[in-house]
Order: sequence, then structure tokens, then C-alpha cells
Amino acid sequence: MATDLQPLSALAPGGHAVVADVRLAPESRGRLLEMGLLVGTPIELVRFAPLGDPVEIKIRGYHLSLRRQDADQILVRPR
Amino acid sequence: MSPTDSSSPGSVPRSVRPYVVLTGNPNCGKTTLFNALTGLRAKVGNYPGVTVERKEGELQGAAQNIRVLDLPGTYSLSPQSLDEQVARDVLFHRLPEVPSPALVIVVVDASNLQRNLYFATQVIELGYPTVIALNMVDVATDNGVSIQTEQLSLALGVPVHPIVASSGVGVLELTRSIAARAVQPPSPSTPRLFCELPRNYGLEAEKLTEALSQSFPETRYQALAEALLILSDERIVQSSPRRYSPALLAQVAAARQRLESQGVDWRSVPIEARYARVSAIEQMVSTCAPIHGDSTTDKIDRVVTDRVWGLVIFVAIMALIFQGIFSLAETPKAWIEWGVESMGRWVSRQMPPGPLNELIELGVFKGAGAVAVFLPQICLLFFFIGLLEDTGYMARAAFLMDRLMSKVGLHGKSFIPMLSSFACAIPGIMASRTIESPKDRLVTILVAPLMSCSARLPVYTLLIAACIPRVRVAGVLELPGLVMLAMYLLGVIVALAMAWLFKKTLLKGPTPMLILELPPYKRPLLRVVLRHMWDRSRLFLRRAGTVILGINILLWFLASYPKDRAAESAFEQRLALAKAAPAAAGVSTQERDAAFEQLRKEEAGRRLRESFAGRLGRGIEPLIRPLGFDWKIGIGIIASFAAREVFVSTMSLVYNVGELDRDSDAGLQTLAQKLQEQKAADGGAQFRPRIALALMVFYVFALQCVSTVAIVRRETNTWRWPLFQWVYMGALAWGFAFLTYRIAPWFGLS
Repeated sequence: MATDLQPLSALAPGGHAVVADVRLAPESRGRLLEMGLLVGTPIELVRFAPLGDPVEIKIRGYHLSLRRQDADQILVRPR
Repeated sequence: MSPTDSSSPGSVPRSVRPYVVLTGNPNCGKTTLFNALTGLRAKVGNYPGVTVERKEGELQGAAQNIRVLDLPGTYSLSPQSLDEQVARDVLFHRLPEVPSPALVIVVVDASNLQRNLYFATQVIELGYPTVIALNMVDVATDNGVSIQTEQLSLALGVPVHPIVASSGVGVLELTRSIAARAVQPPSPSTPRLFCELPRNYGLEAEKLTEALSQSFPETRYQALAEALLILSDERIVQSSPRRYSPALLAQVAAARQRLESQGVDWRSVPIEARYARVSAIEQMVSTCAPIHGDSTTDKIDRVVTDRVWGLVIFVAIMALIFQGIFSLAETPKAWIEWGVESMGRWVSRQMPPGPLNELIELGVFKGAGAVAVFLPQICLLFFFIGLLEDTGYMARAAFLMDRLMSKVGLHGKSFIPMLSSFACAIPGIMASRTIESPKDRLVTILVAPLMSCSARLPVYTLLIAACIPRVRVAGVLELPGLVMLAMYLLGVIVALAMAWLFKKTLLKGPTPMLILELPPYKRPLLRVVLRHMWDRSRLFLRRAGTVILGINILLWFLASYPKDRAAESAFEQRLALAKAAPAAAGVSTQERDAAFEQLRKEEAGRRLRESFAGRLGRGIEPLIRPLGFDWKIGIGIIASFAAREVFVSTMSLVYNVGELDRDSDAGLQTLAQKLQEQKAADGGAQFRPRIALALMVFYVFALQCVSTVAIVRRETNTWRWPLFQWVYMGALAWGFAFLTYRIAPWFGLS
């Protein structure tokens, strides 16, 4: 259900979800996909950086950080 | 087979020593394994035409000579940075100077299996004989993960060796396996594919494979892997513009269009297919016992990236590093200066006096000293950077600082080079290599020298002591201290403004996404950190050192020639006359010595004033007159192009104070006094506060440092950028000095 979707950055720290859609421009999305951030991948928002940006996430057993504006474009389904 | 024929993958010419390539994801322990495999000796340099570090060593403990090439860390074969592009080019055998590898070793982090296998399977598909070094099995075990290496080997179709590179476990077996396989006759074959593609995608890939094997018969075994890459990623074509013919590119575009019309996302399908396969392999070969509670990394991160403590710790670490580079380097710097100078004096005493003697003592040895004094700072900075990188804190520093740096369009990783530049721009610029985006790296290099480095300090100190009145401001603050602070702040503010401006104009482009891995913390290995430090320092000595030495010799020549024979013999006569004067005429020996000394200082001053540098100083006077500077300051500016601190010793020569002992405060005070006494043409003080301020501001901005120019030339691989930098910083220097000279009187500083 599409109504369940929310931006990754709207998760609370420690919140778990599943990636539902990566709405970044196709050219810049490639590396994110190669890092394993694919539709259907379980994802955890670990924390926000002390200055509020970027965010730290956990996917496939490792930690990655993204800017908030990019995390806004990743839609997730909370678990 | 001829030595030049190294075409198909795995076919290494028998006449050359076998070549083994080490590759893997960043943070997989590849460098540690490289050190363990090759021992202490490695050749470090750059790949031709790019500043990507090239490391090559010899496999230790093997019966025959086997070369090991350490490739930059890479997440995939679709390059995102220069580093990754070089790794891709080596693996696709596109660099003429790197022969086709006899064996590829892929380092796989056992504690991060899926993402590491993504790259490993891409490499296996290239068809070279491949060995997997399954590293950090100890960390995986701690995480409750156990991996059946036999199973993994079966699934991948290549040998898998479990190792712990940091402690050396399994390295011996890996070495044996490499030695045995690297000399085996190659048996190239079409490799297996690790992603099951949908039928329509598979058909398009097959057609493209056909076309590629016809265009490039020498890499026909890699055609399928290449076809998949160029079909799914537009950047591949951009990063190798000359490889593909227009016809082939048209074919790729048509294939993409057909897939799109069938509703297939040609970008993500192969990635998804590969991850599907890789996770299936992971499930098959590993068992995971869930561990309750947080890992050590989680515990550390909770403090280190905390809203309050994170920033406190960050500031403390940076202050420690900054203070370390600043103060710890002082003693070894003094030793090196003393050592090189005494060596020069010793050598010059062994030779008959004359121009050659002077060239050797004052040109060559002074120049060599100018190179060597940077070593302590460079060593210290790279020691700290190595430590930050090896522990995993570097990524956290970028994570913390990204918000601030992104405001001016830069990346969190630009913070360390900028901070280091307060000590010295040279190590700072060298540290910019950690920045992936070439544009961000260039912007960082361009603005780094605006930070007030330690060489500006003597200039500020001298001018403040000479010209800034010690008055209190707002009751508690003293004007001299405030002026010093203002100089440092001015550099920072303008550096950030220029970074923003460059990102908006000259080096415009989409801000690349921040995709920053935060690797688990680990105990740093001293030998890895020291090795890193040593490699970088050697690179500096060899590459920038030669240019710095050359320009210093040139500057020595400008400051000592032409010789005026008549004036010199007049000086000799006066000296001889003074010596011959009867000692009994009520003159003490001390007074006599002082008189000799005065004569010598005047002669040294005369020589400098009449040298090419002196004439240049006069020559640029019209240019610096609007800033309130006269030709004597002009000489200082010209001579201090060698290094800013030379300004102080040049001023002392110009004003006949004699050679200054750089570290003695007394010498500086004498010079400051001398400057205060200087009278201008109108009878007023020559070094008025507004002139001193303008001069300091000039030194905040002007790129008065050949060593920086040399290192920027090295790191950007062209003279264009250092020249541009010199001009833009010179323009800033002139403009701001002019403004200062004009505006200062409004604040009562005349």
C-alpha cells in the first residue's frame, strides 16, 4: 500500500524499515544500488549526525551515511 | 610468445616476472594484506598522468620473483572516482604500462560478505585466474558469523583462503597458493556469470558481447562482463571515451531503448540480479548466530557521534593533531636546519672559495634544507592521518563535518586538508588525496594555502612587534593579539568564500552524492601507520623536493648576482684598513669586533640591494607603491617567494642588521626596533601601522611559497592550476592590502 510509504529520513533513530522506492535521479542512483540499497532491502536508520545532517543507516550488515536531502528521496515501508 | 604480447586474460609472457594484482573494497584490509605479503620494501609512485597512488612490491617467501600490485580500493567496476577508474583500467588491461595479471587476488571482508562478494563476483567474471582472500574471519566470528570456505569456494568456482591479515593468520598458505598459481600456464575460457538476467536483458547483453568480441578480439573473454557494464551504466562510456566506436555506442543506446520500451530498468536489473545471487550464496555458505547487545563499534559510536560528546571529542582530537604538527615538529625542524647548514659549511670549507663554493653552500645546501624542513610536519601529519584512517575515525570526522563543509559546496573529507594547512599547506594539499571527487579535491587544493601556515607566523610577529602599538581594546584585549587573530580569521573566511565561489563558477557541477561508509573501528597497526607515513614522505622528497631545490638555487642566484667587483674590493680595503688600525688608540677589542661586524652587515646589505633580486624589488615598486610599500619591502617580497619566513631574514639583510638567528627573540626585537627607526622620505616613520597591516594582509593572501607551487603542480599534474592559484591569490593579496592601507586611517591607524 502506497500510503504506508514514508521518506527514509522520517524514520526515528533506531527505526527499521524496508526500501520501497529509490527516487533519486537515475544517473546518481547507480552507486547507491551497487552498495546494496535496493528495493526490498531491510534498512535501519541508526542516527543523525550531531549537526543534523548527514544520516547514518545500516544495510546488509554495514553502516553507510547519506545526506538528508538524498535520504528524503528514498521511500521506505516501516516495519 | 613475444614479450609484448600479453593480450588475452591470464596469458602472461613467460619472459617477464609474473604479475599479481590485489584488489577489493575499501576498508577490507587490503593494505594490511599487501604489507603482509610483500614485507617492508615497496615501490610507491603514481600512475602516469594521474595522482593515483601506485604501490608495487615483491611476494615474500616465494621461490621465484612475483610482483604484487596493490590496486586502490573499489566498490564496483563502474568507477565513481579516479582511484576506482584506475583499478577498473588495470583489471580490464587498458593501461599499457601494466601487463595483464597472471593472477587476481580479491580481498573479501568476511564481516561484510554481501557487498564484498558483489565486487568479487564482478572480478571473477573477468576470467583471470582468481583467488579469494577471505579476510577478517576473526571479526566475523565475533559477530557470530561462521563461513564454510569450502562451500564458498564451490559456489564461486575459485579457491578461497580464510585469513586474518592483521595478525598474519593464513597468510603463509595464501602466499603458497599465489606462488603456485601465478606460474601456471594460463587456460583462458569464457567465465561464468553471477547474475541471472531476465530473458530480454540476456539477449541484448549477448548481442553486445558479440559486437565487443569482434571489435576487441584481444579481450574476447571479458566481452560479456564488459557488455553488462556498458549496457547498465552510462558512466562507463564517459570514463573511457576513446574506446568505443560511434556504431557501438549507437547499438548500446538502441538496446537500452528497446529494454525501456519493455518496461525494463536497464540500470538496476543487473545489480539486483547480482545481489540476489550474492545473498543466496551468503545464505548457503554462512551461518549466523544472532548476537545480543551492541557491538563494540556501536558502543564507541554512541559516544563519538553523540550530539554533544561527539563534537567535544572531535574538537579535542583536531586540537591535538594541530598542536602536534605545530609544536612537535619544531625540535626536529631545528635539528634538520642545523644539520644541513653545518654540513654545507663543512663542505664549503673543504673547497677553495669562489662561486662554486657559494653555490654549494648557499644554493644547494640551503635549498636542500628548505626541502628537509618540511619533513617533520609531513611525517607527523601523515602519522596522524594514518592513525585516523586505520582506526576508522576518519570516516566519522567526515560524517561530523559534512554539514559545515557542504555549506560551501565541499565534502566532509575536505576538513582535514584545510585544518592541516594551518601548520603547513604542503602536507595539507597532499592530504587532499582522500577526497574522491576531482572537483572537490581541486577546490580544496586551491583554497588550502589561504589558511595562515606556520611560516606566516614570523612575518606577523615581526610586523606586529615593530608597528602595532600595545594599546588595550575594550579594556581587556591587547591590540597586537587582536591583530594576530584577525589575520588568521581573515584567511579562514576568505578561504571558505573562495571555495564557495569556485564551486559556483569555475568548478561548477552537480554536488556528488555523499555515500560514505562508516567502517567498524579497529585497533590501529603501528606498522601500517608508519608505512603509510614513510611512503608519503618519500613521495614528497622525490617529487616536490627536486622542484623546491631547483627554485631555491635560482632564488639564491637572483639574490647574490651580479657581483660588483669594485664595491667588493672597496669593502675588502676598508676591512683591511680597520684591521690594521692601531689597537692602542683607546679602542677595545669588543668595539673593534663590533665595527667589523657592522662593516660586514653593510656589505651584505649592499650586495642584496644591488643584486638581481634587489633590482627586481625596485622594478616592482610602482606596482606596490599604492599599498604603501617601498622598494626595500619589494626586495623582501621577491626574496620571500622561496618561503614566507625568508621575509624576516631578508629585511634584516636589507636594513644591515645582519643574518638573523631564526629562533632568537632578541634578533627579532633588534630588527623590530630597526624597522621602527626607519624614516620615510617625508621624515615620518617608514613602518607606520597602516603599512604594517597592509603588509600582513598581503602575506595572508599571497602565495609566497615555491614549495606549495611545486606540490600543487605535482598533485594536479599541470602547471595551469598552480599558476592560476598564484595569480588569484596575488590579486586577492593586492586588493585586500590596498583596501587595508586605505581603510586603516578611518580606525585611527595612520
